[in-house]
Amino acid sequence: MYDFHLLHTEGLSRYYPGVRALDAVDFDLAAGEVHVLFGENGAGKSTLISLLAGANNPSAGSIYVRGIAKHFANVHEARTAGISAVFQEFSLIPTLTVAQNLCLGEEPLHNGMLDKQGLLKRAQNSLDELGFEVNASALVATLSRAQQQMVEIAKGLRGQVSVLILDEPTASLTELETTHLFALIGRLKEQGVGIVYISHRMQEIFQIADRVTVLRDGRKVCTVKAAETTHDQLITLMSGRSIEKIYPHIESRPGEVVLEIQNLSTRSGVRNASITARRGEVVGLAGLVGCGKSELLRAAYGLDKVTHGKVSLKGRDHTNASTAQSLKLGYFYLPPDRKHEGLVLGFRSTSNITLHALEGSLKGWGGWLRKKDLKDMAIRAGDQVELTSRNLGKAVGLLSGGNQQKALFAKGLTSNMALYVFDEPTVGVDVGTRSALYEVIKQLCEGGAAVVLISSDLPEVLHLAHRAYVMCSGEVMGELQGNEITESGLLSLFFGTKEGKS
Amino acid sequence: MNTPNATVSPVASISFTEQVSWGVRRLFVQLGVLPFMLVLAVIVFGTLSDQFLSAQNLMNLMRQSVYLILVSTAQMLVLVTGGFDLSVGTIMALTSVVSAMVMQSLGSSLPDMVALVIVAGCVAGLMVGMLVGLLNGLGVAWAGVSPFIMTMGMQSIGFGAALYLTGGVPVNRLPPAFSDLFGFGAVFGLPIPVLVTVVCVLAIHLLMNRLPTGTYLLAVGGNAKAAALSGIDTRKVLLMAYLLCAVLASISGLLLTARVETGEANLGGTIALESIAACVIAGVSLRGGIGRVPNVVLGAIFIGLVQNGMNLTNVGSYLQMVVLGLLLIIAVVADNFRQHMILPSAN
Repeated sequence: MYDFHLLHTEGLSRYYPGVRALDAVDFDLAAGEVHVLFGENGAGKSTLISLLAGANNPSAGSIYVRGIAKHFANVHEARTAGISAVFQEFSLIPTLTVAQNLCLGEEPLHNGMLDKQGLLKRAQNSLDELGFEVNASALVATLSRAQQQMVEIAKGLRGQVSVLILDEPTASLTELETTHLFALIGRLKEQGVGIVYISHRMQEIFQIADRVTVLRDGRKVCTVKAAETTHDQLITLMSGRSIEKIYPHIESRPGEVVLEIQNLSTRSGVRNASITARRGEVVGLAGLVGCGKSELLRAAYGLDKVTHGKVSLKGRDHTNASTAQSLKLGYFYLPPDRKHEGLVLGFRSTSNITLHALEGSLKGWGGWLRKKDLKDMAIRAGDQVELTSRNLGKAVGLLSGGNQQKALFAKGLTSNMALYVFDEPTVGVDVGTRSALYEVIKQLCEGGAAVVLISSDLPEVLHLAHRAYVMCSGEVMGELQGNEITESGLLSLFFGTKEGKS
Repeated sequence: MNTPNATVSPVASISFTEQVSWGVRRLFVQLGVLPFMLVLAVIVFGTLSDQFLSAQNLMNLMRQSVYLILVSTAQMLVLVTGGFDLSVGTIMALTSVVSAMVMQSLGSSLPDMVALVIVAGCVAGLMVGMLVGLLNGLGVAWAGVSPFIMTMGMQSIGFGAALYLTGGVPVNRLPPAFSDLFGFGAVFGLPIPVLVTVVCVLAIHLLMNRLPTGTYLLAVGGNAKAAALSGIDTRKVLLMAYLLCAVLASISGLLLTARVETGEANLGGTIALESIAACVIAGVSLRGGIGRVPNVVLGAIFIGLVQNGMNLTNVGSYLQMVVLGLLLIIAVVADNFRQHMILPSAN
């Protein structure tokens, strides 16, 4: 009865200790359709596609290809069944050439030896066919992110593909490249390829989707036809609550300028960028991955070297200051990657929260630590982010993503900072934690601190920022105020059309 | 494919010194520090000692270097996968002891069948070497032990076993034909150890460049997860790297046993450090994914050359260790610098 389905799953589940990453999901894909998976970070989209692509094994449930139950031990077996995935996490090997990457595992042989010419030719042909301008003999490490993404897609399409899985493929593409990709998707649809597509961009979803399946907390909420749904409906389905309940209203009372960055350039890719942040307002910083929005404030914080331009903090020159100086002057930076940059995973939350205060108020007479103050400080900060004392005592590595993020936030709450820079503050946390964290941002801002919110999550910037800057390839493309901050207003600046609103 | 062409300047109008510095820069980016260190060493030792550049000394240098060349090539296979093998010295020692013991005991009971005795001894030596490699590979790929711990553990186990087997006494009375052939023999004027090494190195070069396996080794070291996603059985690839490494180290052990005419548990005491140094100096990335056989051979020759030069200029063995350590660190610093020049985007 299912043979009209290219691919479907029944009760597909994946459990991890304490977490149901995917819980009894029934999903189906017809030939020649684009089926979008929609949901927040951690909703189970990535888990679902990793199971479909054979990168992960289901704990329960089954996958059927053209009605026949399949079990994929690895990606290779899924590929043999015609299912190919392009993951967000790049699966290219930076030290090999594009051609070597494209043919990896399926090298052309000539008398049992590698056919180097054939390898190069085959790779270049497949790139050219897709209209991607990439040199097949170049080392992958030397390519731009967008080019790497193109190679990734070309790799996903090699061989016989009947199901193509794309995980946010446009995250690092320019508008033109995106147009190319959509044309390609159109062609694949005509050939009867079924496409599973993950995207956070509403615009895109309505542009290419035939159907949308909404996931939340590992469960399928529903599948709707793209033509019969609306933007707001999808958001409500995704989060399980209406928009007003997630994003608090933050009063704006702009005061003195705390941070002023003028014409800043760095080796990490920022070019001539200027922004200001004032007390009592939330400044949003939006842009594509790799646009330099994070690098800009990292340089101001003292993590990257400023090659040109000026940073002033509280009216004083702060160019190329050290991170220790930044913290001392009240500049708090929350890194986007809590596991690698934010937290010492083996430490308890208490120790993490107080780590940067060890050199300051916690150091008592003779250089000994004031253990009692340390504990009080952690508890106070923990309270503000709703981190229970039970969780404060546990090693951070053992906490859930949401609680880890709370611990990371608490690091900034041990003293009154003048400037809070939150770099992707809600990556991979559930809705409940999100609204708790937004509440913290609200209190900080209304308490008179300057807040900079760097985010790739558009709704976050839309609903929280009083003022927003958009960056594109290292440059600030424009500044939007109050009511000007709309999805189309922001997006028009994303791809570098300067002053797109006029 | 992309041979460096240092003499062509990008802009015709720039001065000669700028051209030279551009050429040097480019040579450095393409080949690493090795050519510079090699030239420097030849100049220094060439001026300090008259004998250094004599044909006889160079032949001697070649003969002395083959053991390190073999082990360095072996080491490279593991390094490109992102691991390393600290047990190469132990593999040589075990091979030496076991092959010598087999030849000694068989030799006294079958004095008339010299060829059989030698073959049996060599096979036994290779088998025990491969056993160590197999255990290394299983430990790293299947049990998930870090290469550092796994091979360091095997280093201790193997060395202990070799001492236990021999009671710490060198194994003597090997068939003279064994040493005559593999230690001192020559074909068409080429010493057999050199010949064996050339064959092995060529085979590995072929493996790395003309067989998919070579790409897989580099791929696993470059990004193991990506390699797995491309359908490569990374565990099998890792196992093969350690196994092949052990085979080459074992062959080196056999050749050295023939040279010293005894089975010794102390054989290859410092070769793990030296082989890693040779590879790093030759631009093999310790993070995996990068490594070229010809460079590694040059790297091993360089270390042999420095040791040879220091011997000729009467630098004591204690100071030689200091110099070797320094060279290793300088090479790594230079390599970091070079990585920065190649990939400015990487962090």
